[in-house]
Amino acid sequence: MTFSDFIITNAPVLLVAIPLLAAFLCPVMGKISSMVRNFWVMGMMLVTAAVAFILAYRVFVTGPVIYVFGAAAANLAIPLDSGGIPIRIIFTVDAMSAFMDIICAIVGVSVLLYSLSAESRNSSLEGYYTLFFLMIVGVFGMVSTGDIFNFFVFLEILSLASAGLIAYRIDGGLAVEAALKYFILSTLGAIFVLFAIGIFYGQYNALNIAMIAERMQFSMLDKIALVLLVAALAMKCGAVPLHFWTPDAYSMAPSSVTAFLVVASQASLYGLFRVVFTMYNITMNCVTVGWIIIIFGVLSMVVGVTMAIPQKDIKRLMAYHAVSQTGYMLLGVGVGLAVLGNAGLTSAFGFMAMEGGIFHIFNHAMYKGLLFLTAGAIIYRIGTRDLNKMGGLGHTMKYTMIFFMIGALAIAGIPPFNGFASKLMIYESVYLFNPLLAIIAMVVSILTLASFVKVFHSVFMGPKLPEYADVKEAPLPMLIGMGILAAIVILFGLFPQPVVEILVAPAAHALADQGGYIASVLGGA
Amino acid sequence: MLWNLPFITVVILTLIGLVTVLLKKNIIKILLGINILNSAANLFLITLGYREGGVAPIYTLAPSDLMVLPTPQALVLTSIVIGVATSALVLSFAIVIQKKYGTVDIDKIRRLQG
Repeated sequence: MTFSDFIITNAPVLLVAIPLLAAFLCPVMGKISSMVRNFWVMGMMLVTAAVAFILAYRVFVTGPVIYVFGAAAANLAIPLDSGGIPIRIIFTVDAMSAFMDIICAIVGVSVLLYSLSAESRNSSLEGYYTLFFLMIVGVFGMVSTGDIFNFFVFLEILSLASAGLIAYRIDGGLAVEAALKYFILSTLGAIFVLFAIGIFYGQYNALNIAMIAERMQFSMLDKIALVLLVAALAMKCGAVPLHFWTPDAYSMAPSSVTAFLVVASQASLYGLFRVVFTMYNITMNCVTVGWIIIIFGVLSMVVGVTMAIPQKDIKRLMAYHAVSQTGYMLLGVGVGLAVLGNAGLTSAFGFMAMEGGIFHIFNHAMYKGLLFLTAGAIIYRIGTRDLNKMGGLGHTMKYTMIFFMIGALAIAGIPPFNGFASKLMIYESVYLFNPLLAIIAMVVSILTLASFVKVFHSVFMGPKLPEYADVKEAPLPMLIGMGILAAIVILFGLFPQPVVEILVAPAAHALADQGGYIASVLGGA
Repeated sequence: MLWNLPFITVVILTLIGLVTVLLKKNIIKILLGINILNSAANLFLITLGYREGGVAPIYTLAPSDLMVLPTPQALVLTSIVIGVATSALVLSFAIVIQKKYGTVDIDKIRRLQG
């Protein structure tokens, strides 16, 4: 077996193994020198991203890839002597997982590059990078795994690492307070997930998601499990009414971590979609569950944006906008779910709504990451996060200002940026489903624009303030990190059609196609 | 009836845990509530795998009669390890908060608002 074969066969597990190695060797590298450590973390992140892209390419070209731990062959899901039951831990990477892998890889690289200079003034960076890589492990694991208990383990790895990073700069106790809120909620959510796992195992004797999906009866116990899973995962992705940890955690974490926390929340969103689409699909009452997700979405959109408008802390404001944007994804995919049982409506607008919602996941990770990174650059240079104390920074931080404008216009859904492409798909399809929802979504976008115009004005416009006379542009690695995300925001805004066809549509189809997922694991079912 | 006793215990432990987490104000007590909930989940998993009169699932030289399911035991071991990490992290947060705020009462730890 050649080296390239080895990489291709083992890509799903390498996505978890490489960041784990990077995480735990990072303190050792830090003992040698900080230069070696920086090369190590950047190099390992690039390798991880490369593996993610190779895997994603293979999935989009040849279909779902499975990796079975400890089996004679990597794709041997069902051992010959097991009587047709997949007994091993399995990674199932279909188009939706590959889509999330790409998001994680892109944001991971730019955030890490940004961290190299944003965190360079601080001490104990070994722990920081170790936890950061553990977050990457958590996200890759959650989106790749095909085993529900494994999902729980990665969920907990992600929660532990995120909480550690949110609290990393203690900040007079404020950061620890935010991390404590986040972590207690996460742990409660994870225990709910564990109960749901127990319910599945007790009924179906299986932990494999495909196996559970195939045997799904939608009994009373399954309804309880569904409620537990939806509550836990909706809380983890920061949907209203369980959003109150989001502004605290997002605003108190270091800015680079916040940009990655957005991806971490989306991994939970992926989990939510995986549960309702792959595990339950049309065995449950799709209309009811779809509407529940739609209501979560609409509440998140409206509450998020109205809470954002009066904020004075720049990152807290952006965090409320993140809640609001999560609402769009829930709305789009929820509409897709609500009409899933009806083939006519699904082809009329259901798929388009799902594609819009899924495309918005990608776009949100890019522009929201970009906005948090620009906020971090501003805080890095002037040392305050209070909007009332900022002003006139457009004179000195020109590139940061341009990146902020790109991000702000994208989040408000202004063409030609990527937010417009996905929001347009959501408006069009949701309008056919229920015009009122589409109108709410548009109004929320206008309020988002209003809020960001205010931020832009108070941060960058106006005369140069004397106390910020010697403020310089953000350092080069931070600008490159922001530049990568900004370039993708523009590129995907200018050419949304090929992106939708190549990446988003396969992901949406993979999510809706429960039979295909089961067949990829259990064989031609 | 006796068979259901472990499941009844699970329900009781879950309720105790939830009430503790929701009503107590001290971080340490909240953590204890979380630990009780975690134990309830672990007991639930273990009970699912139990077969009356089964032997321990150790395959070397095992008698070939009824065996307790090994998978839930593996799951619970993992879950216990995660629970320890969780407790350690929450306790360390409690230590920092006690140092910085002088209290571990969550009603008094409210500097982040709005």
